[in-house]
Amino acid sequence: MAPTNGNRAKPKKDRWGAGVTPYAEMGYYDADYEPKDSDILAAFRVTPQPGVEPLEAAAAVAGESSTATWTVVWTDRLTDHRHYQAKAYSVDPVPGAEDQYIARIAYDLDLFEEGSIANMTSSIIGNVFGFKALRALRLEDLRIPPHYVKTFQGPPHGIVTEREYLDKFGRPLLGATVKPKLGLSAKNYGRVVFEALRGGLDFTKDDENINSQPFMRWRERYLYSMEGVNRASAETGEVKGHYLNVTAATMEEMYERAEFAKELGSVIVMMDLTVGFTAMQSMSKWARRNGVILHLHRAGHSTYTRQKSHGVSFRVLAKWCRLLGVDHVHAGTVVGKLEGDPRNTKGYYDTLRENFIPENPEHGIYFDQEWASMPGVMPVASGGIHAGQMHQLLGYLGEDVVLQFGGGTIGHPMGIGAGATANRVAAEAMIQARNEGRDYFHEGPDILAKAAKGCPELNAALEVWKDITFDFESTDMPDVAFTATPV
Amino acid sequence: MRITQGAFSFLPDLTDEEIEKQIRYALRHGWSISVEYTDDPHPRNSYWEMWNLPLFDLTPEDAHLAMREVAACRERFSDHYIKAIAYDARYGRQTTALSFIVNRPAHEPGFRLERADRHDRTMAYRVHSYATDAPAGQRYEPRGARG
Repeated sequence: MAPTNGNRAKPKKDRWGAGVTPYAEMGYYDADYEPKDSDILAAFRVTPQPGVEPLEAAAAVAGESSTATWTVVWTDRLTDHRHYQAKAYSVDPVPGAEDQYIARIAYDLDLFEEGSIANMTSSIIGNVFGFKALRALRLEDLRIPPHYVKTFQGPPHGIVTEREYLDKFGRPLLGATVKPKLGLSAKNYGRVVFEALRGGLDFTKDDENINSQPFMRWRERYLYSMEGVNRASAETGEVKGHYLNVTAATMEEMYERAEFAKELGSVIVMMDLTVGFTAMQSMSKWARRNGVILHLHRAGHSTYTRQKSHGVSFRVLAKWCRLLGVDHVHAGTVVGKLEGDPRNTKGYYDTLRENFIPENPEHGIYFDQEWASMPGVMPVASGGIHAGQMHQLLGYLGEDVVLQFGGGTIGHPMGIGAGATANRVAAEAMIQARNEGRDYFHEGPDILAKAAKGCPELNAALEVWKDITFDFESTDMPDVAFTATPV
Repeated sequence: MRITQGAFSFLPDLTDEEIEKQIRYALRHGWSISVEYTDDPHPRNSYWEMWNLPLFDLTPEDAHLAMREVAACRERFSDHYIKAIAYDARYGRQTTALSFIVNRPAHEPGFRLERADRHDRTMAYRVHSYATDAPAGQRYEPRGARG
């Protein structure tokens, strides 16, 4: 993979001679390397350009994401360079995809700044994804050792603390994103918050692109939303919340908005992935300091997570989010309108919630992951889901999840409150049936139909959305899938 | 109004048979069962009165023993909110796994939202339970006291 020098025969040069030495020969490929417990391990899906040897391609990835540059530099010899070199230690062809290889690369812990996702991402995905000798490159998974995990505090609250704070146990939390996402005045907006929460939801949510536009400035939205939240709390006797989006152009403005949300008594704020890793980590520390739950909308992630051959898998992004510390993050619905293969999605949910996740190719998990007691992140399922899918949602996603029905609440024919009630009744009926030992996944429609007999709101919801499914082939499935994945 | 705390408040009140099924589910997971009651159902009241210590080490076949505690608590505090709680002591959880109301007063007056104007149009909100204006123990009527 050396830069081309035309057809001139190259004399064999020694490792340290000036000029270009193949990455593999410089030590960036080492089949005998045994990863240390403290190493950070990466699995890359590498698609070399035609004619580029897979081993050399893998070594190049290791090189370009650690110490190497395109040519030999003598200043390497002022360091213990082997220590700092990442090492590709295995390169395996992907079954069913002739031009793809999974390269596993080990990075010494020493390469990364403690507690900095910005640094880790700059290292591992900083330069290498544009490397010309690769046709495509995807970071599939990372093994983050406890040595590095422990340099982060993780979620400001985590699943257990959030449930105790909200006093809600044993069922999914229910939410809705206020719609239409753009254009409502603050007063109208707060009406949606109030009706949805009073009707039975636990949370409502600003959408990712609701920040502070001319039709509704953030401060007005916060004031009216909190009126809605508090009214609903008084009418139900429950703790309620609205995710106030604090996303803004600068950190100073984000802090200003977050402080105001706290002053108004909001239990939760949110931010968008688009603010960047450093801003998210700053907000995480703010949220811990102030006792405010922190929700993350993964706005923009599909630009790099969706395509199977190039980008970064969401399972990696999920790990970064758990480390940098959010309490909620959107992680897919399986059955809704957005991308999400069931087995990969299971892998994401496990990665966010469990303390130890074993390697499992069927769920797209390439390495054992030990979280060393770091609290779990509550996954959020949002986008094109409705009450009629409750059995599938519970079956695929479990109960430690926020199910968010935006259209599925606000679009209800009897009104927003009725939409909320339909979702809550469906969720409670399904939990009851599951706990009673019923085969709820298969008997789901019957369970819902029975619950709807005593609940006209659910009945109407089932009627209006009965045939709505989003049945498209996934663009990203595990390699061990029975059917080949389109790339 | 109807206070909708707990996992099943949007369903019709669970029958004893249904409650026992939920308890059996909890016991199948090795969770302990406890019963708590209150006449101060403020959403932030984290500490309802404990009717008993948690019942540890019950098997699913012992669900009736937990039901006996539910019944005894209801007998004594029929005018209170009572909830059954399943607790998961496993590492990584160590928190409540399931909690649902098994008794509520005949009449639930609910809460008043109090607003105090503050600076710059901000509002201080307070959720006030009508019932807690009366002293503890004299706040609700027992079930059956009204039609």
